[in-house]
Amino acid sequence: MSVNIWIILAAAVATYLTRIGGHLVLSRFSRIHPRMQAGLDAVPAAVLTTLVAPAALTAGPAEFAALLVAALVALRFGLMSMFFAGAFTLILLRQIMS
Amino acid sequence: MSLTTKLDEFIAGARTCLPATVASAPFGLLFGALAIENGFSIFEACLMSLTVFAGASQMVGLELFGQKVAPWLIVVSIFAVNFRHVLYSASLGRRISHWPLWQQALSFFVLADPPYAEAERRAEQGKPITFAWYIGVGAMLYVCWQIETLLGAIFGSLLPNKQALGVDFLLPIYFLGLVMGFRKRPRWLPIVLVSAAASMLAYKLVGSPWHVSIGALAGIVLGAALPLQEAKDETP
Repeated sequence: MSVNIWIILAAAVATYLTRIGGHLVLSRFSRIHPRMQAGLDAVPAAVLTTLVAPAALTAGPAEFAALLVAALVALRFGLMSMFFAGAFTLILLRQIMS
Repeated sequence: MSLTTKLDEFIAGARTCLPATVASAPFGLLFGALAIENGFSIFEACLMSLTVFAGASQMVGLELFGQKVAPWLIVVSIFAVNFRHVLYSASLGRRISHWPLWQQALSFFVLADPPYAEAERRAEQGKPITFAWYIGVGAMLYVCWQIETLLGAIFGSLLPNKQALGVDFLLPIYFLGLVMGFRKRPRWLPIVLVSAAASMLAYKLVGSPWHVSIGALAGIVLGAALPLQEAKDETP
């Protein structure tokens, strides 16, 4: 087998370890401290924000407008409307500005 | 739960995952195309999507394969990009630890960003997270990811100008929508602001992919350190 295949399989194992590891560690505690609970409740907002923020940092006007429109639509409507509104804004502005 | 209810739940999960699937589709195609460009065989490209199933880390892996880096370093880099999953795992584990072991093992295998976020969203809406629903989310994403990888690998050289279509920026829009969706949670705004600032700073000073773990950790520590709101009543 080529070395590529070995690397891919090792990467797959490493990735699965990250996906199961947090639970394995946490399930050893019989009781979760309220502070830990609060930290875990912060996970979605904290992690997902880091996936957006650097992209906003390098964004041009079209990208920035798309994020703004998406954020505003998200205040009133569901995820699906928000997503398509943002995508539509982005594509439209890029077509106009290019 | 009857079989038809399970099927309904499965389909509901798959539908929930539609925006995420649309948002990530260009990346699946792109991964397939770049994999071939970087000297992967079609089999290797598909094997990586089948077994790793984590878009960003697969791209980083490809980048390094092209540079003839030591194999162990490639694996460590992929591990670093995927390290945020440890947090997802700890967080989701609380909700599914009563499921049979094989269901948990399978669920953690497909625990990419969208399944985690959708599960948290559903929990927040007060709806139950069943295995059938969750695996509907995961299967939708997983199966489409494989098809995209294969199509990208075969037809990659025919891909049109992706910049004009905005595909490179669809995932940030989707992730922003998810972040907005959690705005009713306690301490949401300070957590988002601190995570954003910390990740931007880390992005500039330390570099990718560490900005994800550093930014996330800053937000989580803040979330844990701020005064607790009626914590006694909240813990089950």
